[in-house]
Amino acid sequence: MAAIITLDDVSVTFHEAGHTIEAVKHASLEVEQGEIFGIVGFSGAGKSTLVRMINLLERPTSGRVLIDGRDITGLRGGPLRDLRKSIGFVFQGFNLIGNATVGKNIEFALRAGGVPKARRRGRTQELLELVGLSGKMDSYPSSLSGGQKQRVSIARALANNPRILLCDEATSALDLETTEGILALLKRINTELGVTIVFITHQLEVAQRIFDRVAVMENGVIIEQGKTFDVFAEPHHETTQALVERFLGVAVPERLVPELPVGRLVELRYKGDHAFDPLISAVSSRHGVAINVLHGNVEYFGTQPIGTLVVLVAAIREGQRGAQDVEDALDELRGTVFGFKELTDAAVEQALDSPYGGGPRTAAQTKKTVQQEVLV
Amino acid sequence: MSDTAEILREHLGKALWDTCTMVGIATVVGVVFGTALAVVLYLTQARLFTPNRLVNTVVGFVVNAIRSLPFLILLVVLIPLIQLCIGDPYTPAGGAIALSIAAIPFFARIAESAFADVDPGLLEAAVSTGAPLRQIIAGAVFPQALPSFIRGIVLTVISLLGYSAMVGTIGAGGIGDLAIQYGYNRYETGVLIAIVVLLVLLVQLIQWAGDRLALRFTH
Ligand SMILES: Nc1ncnc2c1ncn2[C@@H]1O[C@H](COP(=O)(O)OP(=O)(O)OP(=O)(O)O)[C@@H](O)[C@H]1O
Ligand SMILES: [Mg+2]
Repeated sequence: MAAIITLDDVSVTFHEAGHTIEAVKHASLEVEQGEIFGIVGFSGAGKSTLVRMINLLERPTSGRVLIDGRDITGLRGGPLRDLRKSIGFVFQGFNLIGNATVGKNIEFALRAGGVPKARRRGRTQELLELVGLSGKMDSYPSSLSGGQKQRVSIARALANNPRILLCDEATSALDLETTEGILALLKRINTELGVTIVFITHQLEVAQRIFDRVAVMENGVIIEQGKTFDVFAEPHHETTQALVERFLGVAVPERLVPELPVGRLVELRYKGDHAFDPLISAVSSRHGVAINVLHGNVEYFGTQPIGTLVVLVAAIREGQRGAQDVEDALDELRGTVFGFKELTDAAVEQALDSPYGGGPRTAAQTKKTVQQEVLV
Repeated sequence: MSDTAEILREHLGKALWDTCTMVGIATVVGVVFGTALAVVLYLTQARLFTPNRLVNTVVGFVVNAIRSLPFLILLVVLIPLIQLCIGDPYTPAGGAIALSIAAIPFFARIAESAFADVDPGLLEAAVSTGAPLRQIIAGAVFPQALPSFIRGIVLTVISLLGYSAMVGTIGAGGIGDLAIQYGYNRYETGVLIAIVVLLVLLVQLIQWAGDRLALRFTH
């Protein structure tokens, strides 16, 4: 498949009040026609700056931006405006003209696209139907909910039939349910209209749901990119691991820690549809150890699941022989799953003190895992 | 007291008319040219448009220079200039010119801050549609700035009303002239009181109408 967007070794440096900020450093990526490409990373990583280069809202200090293989880095004036008509942009803050009606907001883009006045209202109606807001043509943005405002801004971005849609944290200001609706709409726009989407988010739930491929950014550098499932299943870079851990990680609820029986605590991660119970019971009977499943959690990326289990492996026999049993059982587990991490007491503490959440996980944060908790 | 009524009947209409024309002309000139200057100031400092330090600094300096003069001093400075243009500066026409020159930088700063208050995110969205500059200013920036703009016009009119009285003191006509000639020079307190009441009512009315209008354009 051909790349519709290519960022070739781009860097952006800002000069501000005497010091320079390297917002993007030598980043390269290719977005393929028709895919949903995601960019994730912590705040300040340079995600927005990177994406704003695609329609030259930000100009690279060095490097090239190519659309359909054509170098657009130097475009100005009319040709730049023409390019922008073919690239829709959806912002976190909606950025609608508050003192203009929904209809006028969309007509603004249509006028920019050279649609004759007589046809604008009809096309606006069409766009509003597409985003599910048919009755809102003459409403003002202030009378709409956040989700509805975002739908208007999506309609505006699609006004001139763009081939690319850039979304900068388009769902970050919305609650979970509204986010679902917007994501479903974007997915539909992607499959039905064939629009290529580049989507920035720090919410991995969003990444998991709609991204085909993903790039992870940190300090202006793309540290990892690939198929979403692969990146999430086997993160290579520390920061990606931290991001994924925060999302998939199973925390042992604090209240359980003091009650844990003696044994070795391990976190197993597996991908694909392995039925895990047989393995657990096989290992347990083969080596004569007790394996308690403390937590289980499965997340789907598209159709592919990533499972996480926290198990406590305890000896049944006494003394040295029991300890050897446990070692053997752990060895077999280690050889079978693709993610194996022994949680020492310290690691348990750490899992509880989420480094990015600030302080220990709250009950709400662990709710997801607690619900699926299978205490044996 | 009948004297007072007599004076008012004879001169008030004309004085009011002169004041209104002077303030009216100055407001129109001030809004038109002030807005033009504001657009230049705004565009030359906005990152997204055509940043130009030099133009911005020069225009900004001129605007500030005129604004830094108290109106009375500006008036005195302008008298020879007006004389050169229209002969007799001590007329409503002369007053209108002086007021206009004061109004332009005054409104320029008001309009500039009304533009600058427009959410930069909205500008990015407008730029991203591929719209040309003219459409962005007229279709996105202006509607958002309109309520502040209207309040700015009200502020300008009310300030000019005050300045127009000063123009009156040098004999260019209008309500100020009336107040000086009769209320002050001839101790006609009644005339003075009538003018004070009139001005208070006028300002209230302008403010009320302006606020309503601004609200109508805020959504
Ligand atoms: N116009 C600018 N002038 C100066 N510095 C800027 C500008 N835009 C961004 N930066 C800086 O560049 C860095 C990257 O910013 P950017 O907005 O791209 O990050 P981000 O990953 O989108 O973060 P967030 O998730 O908070 O939106 C930050 O340090 C930011 O302060
Ligand atoms: Mg950002």
